[in-house]
Amino acid sequence: MPHTLAEKVWADHVVRSADGEPDLLYIDLHLLHEVTSPQAFEGLRQANRAVRRPDLTIATEDHNTPTLEIDKPIADPVSRLQIETLRKNCADFGVRIHPLGDAQQGIVHVVGPQLGLTQPGMTVVCGDSHTSTHGAFGALAFGIGTSEVEHVLATQTLPLKPFKTMAVTVTGALAEGVTAKDVVLAVIAKIGTGGGQGFVIEYRGEAIEKLSMEGRMTVCNMSIEAGARAGMIAPDETTFAYLKGRAHAPSGADWDAAVAYWKTLRTEDGATFDAEVVIDGDALTPYVTWGTNPGQGLPLSASVPDPETDFSAEVDKTAARKALEYMGLEAGTPLREIKVDTVFLGSCTNGRLEDLRAAAAVIKGRKVADGVRMLVVPGSARVRLEAEAEGLHEVFLAAGAEWRFAGCSMCLGMNPDQLAPGERSASTSNRNFEGRQGKGGRTHLVSPLVAAATAVRGTLSSPSDLAA
Amino acid sequence: MEKFTTHTGRALPLRRSNVDTDQIIPAVYLKRITRTGFEDGLFAAWRADPEFILNAEEYQGVSVLVAGPDFGTGSSREHAVWALKDYGFKVVLSARFADIFRGNSAKDGLLTAVLKQEDIEILWKLVEENPELEVTVDLQAREVRVEGHVFTFEVDDYTRWRLLEGLDDISLTLRHGEEIDAFEQERPKYKPRTLPAAV
Repeated sequence: MPHTLAEKVWADHVVRSADGEPDLLYIDLHLLHEVTSPQAFEGLRQANRAVRRPDLTIATEDHNTPTLEIDKPIADPVSRLQIETLRKNCADFGVRIHPLGDAQQGIVHVVGPQLGLTQPGMTVVCGDSHTSTHGAFGALAFGIGTSEVEHVLATQTLPLKPFKTMAVTVTGALAEGVTAKDVVLAVIAKIGTGGGQGFVIEYRGEAIEKLSMEGRMTVCNMSIEAGARAGMIAPDETTFAYLKGRAHAPSGADWDAAVAYWKTLRTEDGATFDAEVVIDGDALTPYVTWGTNPGQGLPLSASVPDPETDFSAEVDKTAARKALEYMGLEAGTPLREIKVDTVFLGSCTNGRLEDLRAAAAVIKGRKVADGVRMLVVPGSARVRLEAEAEGLHEVFLAAGAEWRFAGCSMCLGMNPDQLAPGERSASTSNRNFEGRQGKGGRTHLVSPLVAAATAVRGTLSSPSDLAA
Repeated sequence: MEKFTTHTGRALPLRRSNVDTDQIIPAVYLKRITRTGFEDGLFAAWRADPEFILNAEEYQGVSVLVAGPDFGTGSSREHAVWALKDYGFKVVLSARFADIFRGNSAKDGLLTAVLKQEDIEILWKLVEENPELEVTVDLQAREVRVEGHVFTFEVDDYTRWRLLEGLDDISLTLRHGEEIDAFEQERPKYKPRTLPAAV
């Protein structure tokens, strides 16, 4: 029987399979950060267990870390204790860590790929739902909870029930100004926040194949916002070119053996998916969210929907009413007229070098609008260094934006980078949940291009709205 | 893990869909390194509003949460489960749960039972009309029973068995240590290792 990509990677990692039990799956790479690991390490200590494979485990600090004055002690004592706990746990259990201040520190999902640790056909887990990012390489990568973190630390395996498979095919070519972020926001708007529940999504089609690795990571990253456990894209020459020469990529004969295997990682002709969705890539335009979940998105050219007339199911009407109330929006307002206070460029969704380049190209020679603050937070310390080598920081600073150190930052506001109550943002992050970026904060999810244009105009905008 | 067989308690009708884990426990409450003591973070933003249903006197002491569809979406934070448990919830009923949240719940002995949305609506009505109603959730029979109504719910056999027996996954897996050893022997040598570190 022909198999899908996800089924192949799954099959290659089954340690044990028995009737009436979940499969026991081997984990190739386990990423750790400070927020979801302390209780897992404590569990190991209490049971007198070791980390089975420190050499398949790596930690970094990202969620809590400040993006200013990183040479000073972390001001919040609770955040500081969590960071110090991770450092101690890594020292005690022999786990490699890239702490704040290290050149390889950064958002865990930016760090793995840039070190070449994320490779096709692997199983990758992390106590973070955006682990789906790594699926861009044709890896089966998914977020887990802290109990599962402990389980992987102790056994390097996880008991899992097979996922269903869904094909999301994006046909055609994306128009200028339409990005990977717009693709995935359109997918989530189409299938809903629960549409992917129980599925691994494989993104396919011409528009996906043409994306860079950075763009593919953006798409796979937000699979979880459609409820999917993971997103995957079959590896190809773009993938191999990205990996070649990276610190932990194979070399010599190992490279050849790896590539030979990676080339087999494609959904076979005749394989069937449990569900299929097709998106017309030619027709896509920049997307933004108007509500309080990532499925509440529309083309930027649209207006705020009317809860009473634009939805049929009662549960959707209620959700839209609550969303508009929280967001402080009136039905019928053109999205382009929505004024923002803050623009956040960063996160594991859109904090890579390509994202910073795209935004810088828009903002170059322009100014951030009066009354708007723009935070630029590179996804990793290395992204920051590379951006500075290209002079991107000077472009942002000249426009009046803030150039910060790497971390999760305002995506979830665990550090001091937060929205004030009632404050509205255009954010390149992944979640517009109530209070996500700060209590009472209002979030519109956008692409880096829309973020930059919005910073200049002060209202939700695309680069085409800017005068030449 | 504590065994779960049957639970009887009063229920909270939460008429919201897409209750994401940022709502269940906002990120600022995730900084602790303990596994308990998260009850103050539960629905923290909503509880700041005196009108929020969990603040109503008649719903104090509830232990069954009856929620709209797509409960537990978003972040993988297991703290969401800990917050619900620390507050006193034993069961969440919804027409649809997010996968990671559901998996986390099973690890911590919080039962997430999938009911039809129409049954959820009936339950909402019943416990809104009479907050004193006792709801019985029977994992053995896979039934929710209240005031003459019997609703059957879905939970997979394996999770049900683990909850009924109160089994710990790591101990179960470590029984298969030899199979893990054997698998590791066969792993291709081009697979990456984090150590020794290269940068």
